[in-house]
Amino acid sequence: MSYAPERETTEGRVFTVTGGDWADVVGAHDPVHDERIVVNMGPQHPSTHGVLRLVLELEGETVTDCRLVVGYLHTGIEKNLEYRNWTQGSTFVTRMDYLAPIFNETGYSLAVEKLLGIVEQIPDRATTIRVMMMELNRISSHLVWLATTGMELGALSMMIYGFREREFILDIFEMITGLRMNMAYVRPGGVAQDVPAEAIKKIKEFLGFMPKRLNEYEDLLSGQPIWLARTKGVAVLDVTGCLALGITGPVLRSAGLGWDLRKTMPYCGYETYQFDVPTSDDADVWGRYQVRLNEMRESLKIIQQCLDRLRPGAIMVEDKKIAWPAQLAMGVDGLGNSLEHIAKIMGQSMESLIHHFKLVTEGFRVPAGQVYVQIEAPRGELGVHAVSDGGTRPYRVHYREPSFVNLQAIPAMAEGGLLADVIAGGASLDPVMGGCDR
Amino acid sequence: MSEDSVVSSEHGMFGVGGTGDTSGFGGLQRLAVPVLESQRPFGGDFDEVVDALEEAYPQFGDAIERVVVDRGELTLHIVPAKIAEVCQVMRDDMALRYELLSSVSGVDYLGTDERRLHVAYQLTSMTYRRRIRLECAVTAQDPHLPSVTNIYPTADWQERETYDMFGIIFDGHPNLTRILMPDDWEGHPQRKDYPLGGVPVEYKGAEIPPPDQRRTYR
Repeated sequence: MSYAPERETTEGRVFTVTGGDWADVVGAHDPVHDERIVVNMGPQHPSTHGVLRLVLELEGETVTDCRLVVGYLHTGIEKNLEYRNWTQGSTFVTRMDYLAPIFNETGYSLAVEKLLGIVEQIPDRATTIRVMMMELNRISSHLVWLATTGMELGALSMMIYGFREREFILDIFEMITGLRMNMAYVRPGGVAQDVPAEAIKKIKEFLGFMPKRLNEYEDLLSGQPIWLARTKGVAVLDVTGCLALGITGPVLRSAGLGWDLRKTMPYCGYETYQFDVPTSDDADVWGRYQVRLNEMRESLKIIQQCLDRLRPGAIMVEDKKIAWPAQLAMGVDGLGNSLEHIAKIMGQSMESLIHHFKLVTEGFRVPAGQVYVQIEAPRGELGVHAVSDGGTRPYRVHYREPSFVNLQAIPAMAEGGLLADVIAGGASLDPVMGGCDR
Repeated sequence: MSEDSVVSSEHGMFGVGGTGDTSGFGGLQRLAVPVLESQRPFGGDFDEVVDALEEAYPQFGDAIERVVVDRGELTLHIVPAKIAEVCQVMRDDMALRYELLSSVSGVDYLGTDERRLHVAYQLTSMTYRRRIRLECAVTAQDPHLPSVTNIYPTADWQERETYDMFGIIFDGHPNLTRILMPDDWEGHPQRKDYPLGGVPVEYKGAEIPPPDQRRTYR
């Protein structure tokens, strides 16, 4: 006796296996519309921008539920800061959002300076250098966004071009700070060292070719049917949604609200620079692409203005009880203390030696209190809440990281859309997990 | 800036006091953070903001513990149970309009304040281009606060982080779980009494002591 119907074919005998009420069970379900599966995307996935994990419930290709899991890159930077002196803090915070280190450092330095009450004493040259470095960094960060988003949506050549130009900016950073990333260049009181003449030359070269390159990217992508199909009307989030979820930066501006802290709550003298705040009414991935592309053009304008107003002068606050005592210089083995400074503290000035020793071993004291400083980072509002107990180390430093806050928008953008648009929507937020998880 | 905001003064070179210990064996010392309170007029448009809240919120007297103006920033200390109500008024009143909750974070004032766990809410009014900080203090024994996620959905993750790091329980939060630390982690790392680990080194069983027990220049 056979357990299943059988028939002879040219390939041999074929059994059709059925049993029980299986046919009824299958028949009761509509395989197209009832098939719900849960897909785990990440934490190791090339298009989640680092270690972001998405738990997606799918019905066919439509996302019905999306949950985010973060924290894979949590390194306890905020806790670590509490056991180092205030100056050493720069070295830690620069490693949070690794695509925008200058912003992390500047936000931190502005907070410490506000706690110290020395905001007015920061030399003009230091502030101008900070602005110039921030805008260069904004371009390099947006370039990584353009490059990786291009790659994820199928425009592979964009990735090569984006990283090529970013590399040029990183070379400028290396000339100025000694490091490509995580430079700890902006310090409480000023910046670590002055901008060398060859770096100015290189920035001018960059300003010369970059506008043309930006037009090339636009030529490459903007008319491309696939690019249009993958970005237009995808991952829409309007102004109400943005404000409720606390979304700031290019995503908010792509929804039509021109909220840019450089204009609305200026810091570092941004009110004296001529630039526009690009916005878009599309509120989709296309709008965010337009906003970021135009922001790079505005940043170029600001950098040009910085070069024009860069006058010789001090780069660190006058107060010798706060100013980092080193005069850094580039040696054969990299950045280090200049020989003149060492000759001075070792052979000429006892007081300089004492200052050097006390500041390096102990650090300066910051009067007790708390401040919140917010700056416009490439991803939105970067807020630094710094608390001092009056000692030489931070009592508490909290970063309001735009990546962390903005990632909350993914379920709102993704649910009800297609799986492939989760990638486009997530990429359009430009999350950096180093910043999100800290 | 008000008079009492000057809370710490330098004394001697680099603040050497007491024995002037420079050996570092004194270890890390945390200072008591002073409690500030400012009186009217607060200066700037801070009076206007406080007046607007007083007018829009009838229980103002019961909900506001004190007002602090320090370094050009306005802080309202709120009775913990009232924080959600105050946030609702701060967001909806036409004269206040704090549309954006920028940040929620905690601070542990261990040994300074009996209600040692503080939560700071940084609010931004885009209409009036103002910022304000609301602060609540709870004890470690009863670390409960109403959640503001109904008013500001952005508080979702930020409250989860504050719970994760400080163990503050936000009542009414839709999904108060750990966010940065692993789910099965014990303790709340940002608390000041959270034990820190040392680093064992391969030399005669020696260990680099935890950062708060190291020899340190104060």
